[in-house]
Amino acid sequence: MEKFDEELTGWEEPYGMLTFTSDKNLNLKVLQFLFDDPELGFQFMTDLTAVHYPNQEGKELAVVYHLHNLKENVRIRYKIFTDIQKPDVYTASALFSAANWMERETFDFFGVNFVGHPNLKRILNVEEMEYFPLRKEYPLEDQKRTDKDDEMFGRD
Amino acid sequence: MARPVQYNITDKPLEKPYSIVQGPEGYMGEGFFASKLSDVVGLARKNSIWPLPFATSCCGIEFMALMASHYDLARFGSERVSFTPRQCDLLMVIGTIAKKMAPVVKQVYLQMAEPRWVLAMGACASSGGIFDTYSVLQGIDQVIPVDVYVPGCPPRPEAVIDGFLRVQELVGSENLRRRNSPRYKELMETYGIQ
Repeated sequence: MEKFDEELTGWEEPYGMLTFTSDKNLNLKVLQFLFDDPELGFQFMTDLTAVHYPNQEGKELAVVYHLHNLKENVRIRYKIFTDIQKPDVYTASALFSAANWMERETFDFFGVNFVGHPNLKRILNVEEMEYFPLRKEYPLEDQKRTDKDDEMFGRD
Repeated sequence: MARPVQYNITDKPLEKPYSIVQGPEGYMGEGFFASKLSDVVGLARKNSIWPLPFATSCCGIEFMALMASHYDLARFGSERVSFTPRQCDLLMVIGTIAKKMAPVVKQVYLQMAEPRWVLAMGACASSGGIFDTYSVLQGIDQVIPVDVYVPGCPPRPEAVIDGFLRVQELVGSENLRRRNSPRYKELMETYGIQ
């Protein structure tokens, strides 16, 4: 980790799982280093998801990678933050093939655009949906619904 | 522990040692029996409905309980449950249908041959249930015409049997010319089915 000494920030350990952050342009380099290094050897990606923080200006969308070292049973979490106006992140699907569908899901629900992804389409929602449902500005209910009777639900 | 059973506690003796379906009304004579064709056809159809369980989620487990020996659905004639729409009479949509699944349900309905009926089992199939979200279809009747709705989350097997009995009543009393009538055609037009 000495290679990246300046760029990695935000070291914390919630619930015993080491977490760190870096700039979003370094994500492939860091992931490759974690994959290749013989001591570290984080070769299993367990999760790739995103979190929307609407109150941090310029760093609203956080893409979170969970990596696992199968030999020593160590897990690590790696976060990168990106702006919501330009949510471009380099894709990790060249390194981990599990990232392929997980990036599609992250794109489907948060709108993070993964640069270089072979097939970035919506995976779990209907293809024609125009918005990204899991961002904080959208409520859980479908706003396009016309037949709901507001009186019975206590709304006016 | 579960609440103790409140119904059906005392043993009742059977009325007859065998059970037989009541025949339709008609005029009987020596060697012949005259009745309405729709009655006879309805009688044959209603006691041998072959359902297609389109089971998606938790209600599917209640359907499994329904087909098992305790709440037997086979005693009403649905001994053979088909999983292909080409050979079934009744499409039972059991469980939550997502918006992405809606065209699939419609395709399955279109592949069924007339006469066909639809039973929506569970709250999710009837109206979206508790899942009032962006991804769940709020009721089957947005895509296909439904005959009987069985509410419940999940409905008890006895409730589904009650719904099934109502389907049987519908089947038994159906007019033979109903599927060609203009009113039926208008209904199909509203769903976009020819």
